[in-house]
Amino acid sequence: MKSKKINIKKSTLTTLITIAGIIVAYIIMNTLSNGGFLSYKMQGLLVPICAYAILAVSLNLVVGLLGELSLGHAGFLYVGAYTGAIFTNITADMISNDLVRFILGMVVGGVFAAIFGLIIGSAVLKLQGDYLAIVTLAFGEIIRSVLGNVLYISKDSSGLHFDVNDGSTLNPQDMIAKGAQGITVQRLSTFLIGIILLILTVLIVMNLSDSRAGRAIKAVRDNKIATEAVGISVSKYRLMAFTISAALAGVAGVYYAHNFATLTGTKFDFNFSINILVMVVLGGMGNIPGSIIAAIILTILPEEIRFLGNYRMVIYAVVLIVMMIFSWNPKCIEFRKVVSAKIKSVFKKKNKEVQ
Amino acid sequence: MSFISNIIDGINLGSIYAIIALGYTMVYGIAKMLNFAHGDVIMIGGYVLYEIIQGLGYHPLLAIFLSMLVCTVLGVVIERVAYKPLRGATSLAVLITAIGVSYLLQNVAQLIFTSNPKNFDSGIDFGTISLAGGDLKIKGSTILTIVVSAAIVVGLLIFIKKSKTGRAMLAVSEDKDAARLMGVDVNKTIAITFAIGSALAAIASFFMLTAMPNLTPTTGSMPGIKAFVAAVFGGIGSIPGAFVGGILLGIIESLSKKYISTTLANAIVFLVLIIVLIFKPTGLFGKKIKEKV
Repeated sequence: MKSKKINIKKSTLTTLITIAGIIVAYIIMNTLSNGGFLSYKMQGLLVPICAYAILAVSLNLVVGLLGELSLGHAGFLYVGAYTGAIFTNITADMISNDLVRFILGMVVGGVFAAIFGLIIGSAVLKLQGDYLAIVTLAFGEIIRSVLGNVLYISKDSSGLHFDVNDGSTLNPQDMIAKGAQGITVQRLSTFLIGIILLILTVLIVMNLSDSRAGRAIKAVRDNKIATEAVGISVSKYRLMAFTISAALAGVAGVYYAHNFATLTGTKFDFNFSINILVMVVLGGMGNIPGSIIAAIILTILPEEIRFLGNYRMVIYAVVLIVMMIFSWNPKCIEFRKVVSAKIKSVFKKKNKEVQ
Repeated sequence: MSFISNIIDGINLGSIYAIIALGYTMVYGIAKMLNFAHGDVIMIGGYVLYEIIQGLGYHPLLAIFLSMLVCTVLGVVIERVAYKPLRGATSLAVLITAIGVSYLLQNVAQLIFTSNPKNFDSGIDFGTISLAGGDLKIKGSTILTIVVSAAIVVGLLIFIKKSKTGRAMLAVSEDKDAARLMGVDVNKTIAITFAIGSALAAIASFFMLTAMPNLTPTTGSMPGIKAFVAAVFGGIGSIPGAFVGGILLGIIESLSKKYISTTLANAIVFLVLIIVLIFKPTGLFGKKIKEKV
């Protein structure tokens, strides 16, 4: 009798395993947290970990799948966080349900970030490699200095008012966004929402990477000219990857922002973008589960070595350099191959002996 | 008159960016990597200057010399330890390593010198020149900065065109493997490039601190990023490009600080960069990249 074999594509299996892993991690963390086994510090890290994981996965779409270097991911995050926070602020007296308002805020943040992704994406279509990287860096800095410094928004019965200088034309009592002082936000983010967002992000990115569009995006990465020659529009798929990545970053931004009391621009500088990029590169370019694991490790690690005091960041930097050399140096790659081959041969021998 | 004096301030600032940008652009041209730690080498050079001039009380010229020495050694060591093992790896891996080095330098500086800002004073009085009946005052340090940076550019161009090492650099930047086949020691050439770039960083550090005396462990990062922007602006890899890019960037920054907004000056600089790159995708002096199969 023939046993019926269930055919699951390998990529679908990876997606399922990743999501199962996230759910298991959620259940474990939740039980620990409810049982009181989790330190206060770790509890405070749960929301940032989810946010960083979403950011790393979304950046991996551009860096890993599309193969373009982006140094301005914090810019998209900040656009999303800013517009989302404005939205939840001005609708505070219109939508009484916090969750509904929060979800709508995330949609708003995602849409605005996507618009910016589309603008930046179409502006830099002709650019490549390092030139593209520097434009994304410039974009991130522009966003930060405009939104986080000189934009003031207030709301009264007649609607919204804007001021792009020092806010002196606005009524201080109705002010929502106060330039460098930021936006006051309500704490709405929970661990559960973060996990759901992360699962959605993983589903979107992994499905995309496996779809026709995703294969086109990867083709652009591998060989642009060959891709164009077979009739795939390079511009279209570059724009697509950019926009989706920006939208996801925007949603993550709204989620991340609603974990603080105030949202200011100082946080979302160049170093923030770099941190996310480090997660992507360490987790493996194009490797979605890897991004998530790297995000978890790199969020917890700097907090856990806080006892080292001033040496903390020195050690972090050294670890970063050593890890990069270990994973990319041709000799180290060779060495790892030899070691893994040896381990495999040992296992094979054992199997034979058992038989 | 205030317009002209703003322009002169801008050229002063731009000359500093230009010297830093030269370091970026030479390293990029030869090693094809963005050396993000370059700005932090400047910071280290600044602390060496500060400790020797204000700590030990030696003459500024000696301090500049020693600072150049320290930066050169530092640059070569960084290249050997962190970048050389990654030659041939993807550019992203090298970039992240460079960022790691940048973090390392900043945090080591913070450990040694703490994050309290130091006020740099070279102790040299450069004097001031008054023009147009006292309406226009130019500081001596400004003139010196501009002259030195122009001299460096001319010197580098001659060095690269005429000397054997310079031509080896050109060869390596064009085609590493072919250069090796022709008997050029590629590793040595790359090390020399890092040495020159880092020595320039020490000079830039002196002029930067003369113009903006505030010294902290993160002093180098923003000028570093802006010099990098200047290098891209002029076409990365091109030496005259780095100079012109630096000067233009300085003027734009100075004028927007004066006439538009101090807080938005950086944003305007970056916006101009984006606009330039949209119309000239490889910068002002950059070579056109041909796409080949």
